[in-house]
Amino acid sequence: MVENFYRALYRIRRVEQEIARVYPTDIIKSPIHLSIGQEAVSVGVCEALQPSDVVFGTYRSHALYLAKGGDLKKLISELYGKVTGCAKGKGGSMHLIDTAAGFMGTSAVVGTTIPLAVGYAYALKQSGKDSIVASFFGDGAVEEGVFHETLNFAALKGVPILFICENNGYAINSHQSKRQPMDNICERARVYGMPAERIEDNDIFEIYERVERASSEIRNGREGPRLFECMTYRWREHVGPNEDFDAGYRSRSEAQPWFESDPLKTLGASLEIDRRGQIEVDVEAEIYEAFVFAEESPFPDEDELYTDVFTEA
Amino acid sequence: MARMLTYAESIREATENEMARDSSVMVLGIGVDDFKGVYGTTTGLVEKFGTDRVVDTPISEDAMTGVAIGAALAGLRPIHVHIRMDFLLLAMNQLVNIAAKGRYMYGGEVCVPMVVRAIIGRSWGQGAQHSQGLHSFFMHVPGLKVVAPSTPYDAKGCLIQSIRDDNPVVFVEHRLIHYQKGHVPEVVYTIPFGQARVLSEGSDITLVGISHMAAECLRAKRYLHDMDLRAEVIDPVSLSPLDIDTIAASVEKTGKLLVVDTAWTACGASAEIIVQVTERLGNAKTECRRMGFAPVTCPTTKNLENHFYPDAQKIASVACRMVNGDRVSTVVDRIPDFSIPPEVSPESVEFRGPF
Repeated sequence: MVENFYRALYRIRRVEQEIARVYPTDIIKSPIHLSIGQEAVSVGVCEALQPSDVVFGTYRSHALYLAKGGDLKKLISELYGKVTGCAKGKGGSMHLIDTAAGFMGTSAVVGTTIPLAVGYAYALKQSGKDSIVASFFGDGAVEEGVFHETLNFAALKGVPILFICENNGYAINSHQSKRQPMDNICERARVYGMPAERIEDNDIFEIYERVERASSEIRNGREGPRLFECMTYRWREHVGPNEDFDAGYRSRSEAQPWFESDPLKTLGASLEIDRRGQIEVDVEAEIYEAFVFAEESPFPDEDELYTDVFTEA
Repeated sequence: MARMLTYAESIREATENEMARDSSVMVLGIGVDDFKGVYGTTTGLVEKFGTDRVVDTPISEDAMTGVAIGAALAGLRPIHVHIRMDFLLLAMNQLVNIAAKGRYMYGGEVCVPMVVRAIIGRSWGQGAQHSQGLHSFFMHVPGLKVVAPSTPYDAKGCLIQSIRDDNPVVFVEHRLIHYQKGHVPEVVYTIPFGQARVLSEGSDITLVGISHMAAECLRAKRYLHDMDLRAEVIDPVSLSPLDIDTIAASVEKTGKLLVVDTAWTACGASAEIIVQVTERLGNAKTECRRMGFAPVTCPTTKNLENHFYPDAQKIASVACRMVNGDRVSTVVDRIPDFSIPPEVSPESVEFRGPF
């Protein structure tokens, strides 16, 4: 398990670092929102899910896409705007999809995928399947009306869904305390009658264990929805490849404890050195191959502009 | 004898037919399972198909639109019913940012087969926020289909077509035509999108009436007939895609086009139809005009409301002047002194609330 976690965390971190490294060349001609620092939430939750389970994410979802089994080559190609991308280059970093992996899409508009996830879960329940859905969103999304509307309906109908709030403390450059009168996201869920728990410290094992337990309880709609508020921290700027601790809205000292407790570091230290080295070598080779693949892939043909506006009969 | 149903009954019949045929079809919306059944359009469905497939929703248009889209992504075919089109303003993010764009922005990986039924209100004091025809908002956005059938026959066929379509369809209904009776065959049939219907042939002017205004245009034709003017009346039925071939062919014949919408004219369906006809014909001599809501908020009081809407007389007056110039009327908005007594649309007089 530790090896799997480490591999997943390392893979995401290194993919994000590579994206950040090439970004200044402007080969990725669109916005990116990096997951560096927040990988443990996606990995902890997705390791506890089944392959047939489904997730919906946000514009900051490179980590979730990879953790759920999304194709790496298609991810990098998508960022490069290539026709081999997961959305043929027409979606970009903010509109990722990999239906085969149960990664059902992300949106650039905060909170927008929350009700989609519940609708999907409603359909799963109605069909009698025992799959569940996890809806990922940030601490900013709980300020959207649709968050409350959706929790109300999900609890009312007892749909098999996990609400995963990735609380990284910031919406763009504004701290939660500037946006919400109370630090009480779990309580907001509880008033709709669903259990809600906060998981502190970006703790991947806690996330895995609690989500594992909750997901087995709610499979096939036996229990209603749950919410987990996973405390984590965004290491880079809201959008773009850089750090922004000199921008004035937060300090490096605030980030320091998160750097020190980085699960990638602690898990890595617990692994036997050769084993760890082999994982890293394998992952590096895969990443190199994915970037080469993206670079060598063609851009979409001009005709592609007009395809997929509608589903043709 | 022809089988006659009201528009509302034909909507109900189409829905029941498709729900029986395909277990992935579901209906959701505020009050869809209650004793009024959204003007009878959903009556009896919950008894037949159960509460999982006929879902009374919380008052959460935004989230419930997202839920419908999510269900569609998972393979269901939701019909989301809104008793007033005005409420769709609360659902614009989901409709415009996800339903319309999902297919395209996810590279063709998903489809969103859903129907959004939107009912336009009128009369008996519907007022500012129960009367808006906002179909042009949706015509503006690639990825959405918009239909607004005006007859019970087309309502049934179009709704079945909408349910079977793999894309999001905004299905526009008008409250006043819910009462209209017409021939509706018992058999199951579909009306393909993108085909306008010539309701009545003529040679002097083309009247295009959207939704309820198709009925008003037919009444206007009767006035015009008494003045020896032959109007051709066309119902576009489908607004997006739009059958400009049929309308342009008619205008080529008549040389005059008057488009009447149950909505405001600015940036509206009427503007779009006229521009597309003009682009198609490339003929500066074709005279085009449009009519719609007065460019104000809909007033509640009846005497002002009467002036807010186009009606048969106003349509006939404008049409008459377009054909005959100043020989009949020098003031466009003055009703000509027709030899027959003026007729007001019976549905707008007879309509009584509450709903």
